[in-house]
Amino acid sequence: MRHLTSIRELTRESAIALLDNAQELAQVGDREVKKLPALRGKTVVNLFFENSTRTRISFEIAAKRLSADVINVSAESSSVSKGESLKDTAQTLEALGADAIVLRHPMSGAPKILAAQGWTKASIVNAGDGSHEHPTQALLDALTLRQVAASSTDLAGLRVLIVGDILHSRVARSNILLLNLLGANVEICGPEALVPSGIEELGASISHSFDQALERNPDAVMMLRIQKERMDGSYFESPAAYGRDWSLNSERLSKLRLNTKILHPGPMNRGLEISAEAADDSRSLVLRQVANGVAVRMAVLHNCLSSGGES
Amino acid sequence: MKSVLKGVQLPNGKTTDVTIEGTTIAAIESTSEAGLDCSGLIALPGFVDVHTHLREPGFEASETVLSGSRSAAAGGYTAVLAMANTDPVTDKAEVAELVARLGAESGYCEVQPIGSVTKGLRGAELSDLEGLAKSSAKVRMFSDDGMCVFDESLMREALIRVKAFDGVIAQHSQDPQLTVGAQMNEGPLATELGLKGWPAIAEEAIIKRDAQLALETNSRLHICHLTTAGAVEVVRWAKAKGAKITAEVTPHHLLLTEELVRSYDPVYKVNPPLRRQEDALALQAAVLDGTIDVIGTDHAPHSAEKKQCEWQNAAFGMVGLEHAASVLQQVLIENGGQTWERFAALMSTKPAEIARLTGQGELRVGAVANLALIDPNARRTIQFQTHSRSQNNPFARTVLPGAVVHTIYRGRFTVVNQEVQELNG
Ligand SMILES: [Zn+2]
Repeated sequence: MRHLTSIRELTRESAIALLDNAQELAQVGDREVKKLPALRGKTVVNLFFENSTRTRISFEIAAKRLSADVINVSAESSSVSKGESLKDTAQTLEALGADAIVLRHPMSGAPKILAAQGWTKASIVNAGDGSHEHPTQALLDALTLRQVAASSTDLAGLRVLIVGDILHSRVARSNILLLNLLGANVEICGPEALVPSGIEELGASISHSFDQALERNPDAVMMLRIQKERMDGSYFESPAAYGRDWSLNSERLSKLRLNTKILHPGPMNRGLEISAEAADDSRSLVLRQVANGVAVRMAVLHNCLSSGGES
Repeated sequence: MKSVLKGVQLPNGKTTDVTIEGTTIAAIESTSEAGLDCSGLIALPGFVDVHTHLREPGFEASETVLSGSRSAAAGGYTAVLAMANTDPVTDKAEVAELVARLGAESGYCEVQPIGSVTKGLRGAELSDLEGLAKSSAKVRMFSDDGMCVFDESLMREALIRVKAFDGVIAQHSQDPQLTVGAQMNEGPLATELGLKGWPAIAEEAIIKRDAQLALETNSRLHICHLTTAGAVEVVRWAKAKGAKITAEVTPHHLLLTEELVRSYDPVYKVNPPLRRQEDALALQAAVLDGTIDVIGTDHAPHSAEKKQCEWQNAAFGMVGLEHAASVLQQVLIENGGQTWERFAALMSTKPAEIARLTGQGELRVGAVANLALIDPNARRTIQFQTHSRSQNNPFARTVLPGAVVHTIYRGRFTVVNQEVQELNG
């Protein structure tokens, strides 16, 4: 593949190949010299129109472990904040020799249009666009689940419950698409106002009671971050009310089966959508997700940059 | 000056010669006189577009009256109604007279200004409707297109006032409160793509309300660019009730669907948005059964800067003048098995009647010689590069039937063999 802007661009086979590749590359992180020469001489630009230190650092480490040169461009520090268009920025980066652009953008579809319009020859990797997708997050979640499900291929039959603010969540959209591709069953659960109409057509069942959904004993519970910055307060009554109905609090934690895993894409609002106790529980895979993020991004960058331009 | 069109086919299927003398159709019968070989071509009254954005004054980077009317001629048009959302807005006589004069100077087609319903399109206070009607531009059609006249009492008053001079209110039906931030049709695809949805009810509820106002006031109401299956139902209901209501559909809403938005290519960003396949099919059926009266292009040129960017930053709008006839041929003739007489009604006769244009939409002896001659057997790949100043054409690279071969405006050829002519005044 030349770009990764949406999970829609993957087949079951190509997704499994990426996960296999990431599984191998994960071992590089355990070595004393955490570096491979694969992308020596290549330039990767992290172009972030929206703040996300975690995702940016994860991509940066991934590129550096593959020996690529990395440049970080953030909207605050460059002319993009002065109204320079995406097209102008892309053409500037092209002239500076970017081989891959990792794009985080507040507007849905920005990576897709950048990949399609011919403003740059660079590979485009979507690092989160508006409320559309975050494909590398879904891949790292799938890798994490595959490790604990002890499967060497897909996630057939695994039951995953995604909880919270589905409306604003690009993580949820990418995960529903990818988990389906890999054969898992997805249930989404959240307050009516935060579950957008038609989301079930991506391949998920919907419910509106967290407690009832937990009684169906999912294999994994994926808690979503409440995106306070995207809300005007009308989506739910109060943080306390949200916590009562939708938080993975101590009470719900105590009812969770011993082998039910807990995931969260981070950063966590401890005490809001997830209690500190749940976040630090032995069933929580949050730190493993972070580690797998580097491996998955290494696999994606390697795949995009070594495919010799075929799409 | 005299021209003879030899061997043309009339909308009723008959083949004959048409003689033009000066600006008038002098004869429609076989003649021994030599002339231009038009065998295989269908002669139709020149097309009339009730919904064109010419952008001048104010937005000449996107289009001018001259470039837009050249584009219109290329599409077989001999008259276009120019929307009022220019800068300054056409809310008073001077602006209307300016637009009409620029049209007359261009010489490619009649340019009839549309007046705004409210001052500055702000939706708060009615424009000088009577002054626009009495001006030398003789404005008969009023629209805030681009914006909806949302205030019900203003809409009611406007409908009442235009009756004095047989005017019509053309409404852009969009509840602004239900469409805050809307980017594409509401539904599962908008949810997947993470774009704010534009509910069908935002269009349908306004049409329903306005139809009731038209019934109550017994005034003429024209519905711009309807797009949903539900909107077709509302218009059908209003017509059955006896409302003086006419409806328009654009070429793009007839053939294109929201699936194209998956590309996030802003060329597909339009207001109202592309809808679902079932909506497009309902619109096609409504064209065939007469619920929809006219094809209006909503030709909305935008410069590259406004379209080559992220979807949410891009302007709404598509160009449409040069391929509208081909889209209608596809829907009405090729798929629908309808006649060229119906085609002429949708593209010429009915639009001229709605806009109260004299000398347009007629093909008879003694009428003004406004004609479009099309080759129905042609198939052509639609081009980006057009006579318009803008390239935002969603049909570019697609193949459509039919081609406008010659266009004649007031007895003069504006297009010959698909080439727009250079007119010297
Ligand atoms: Zn409009």
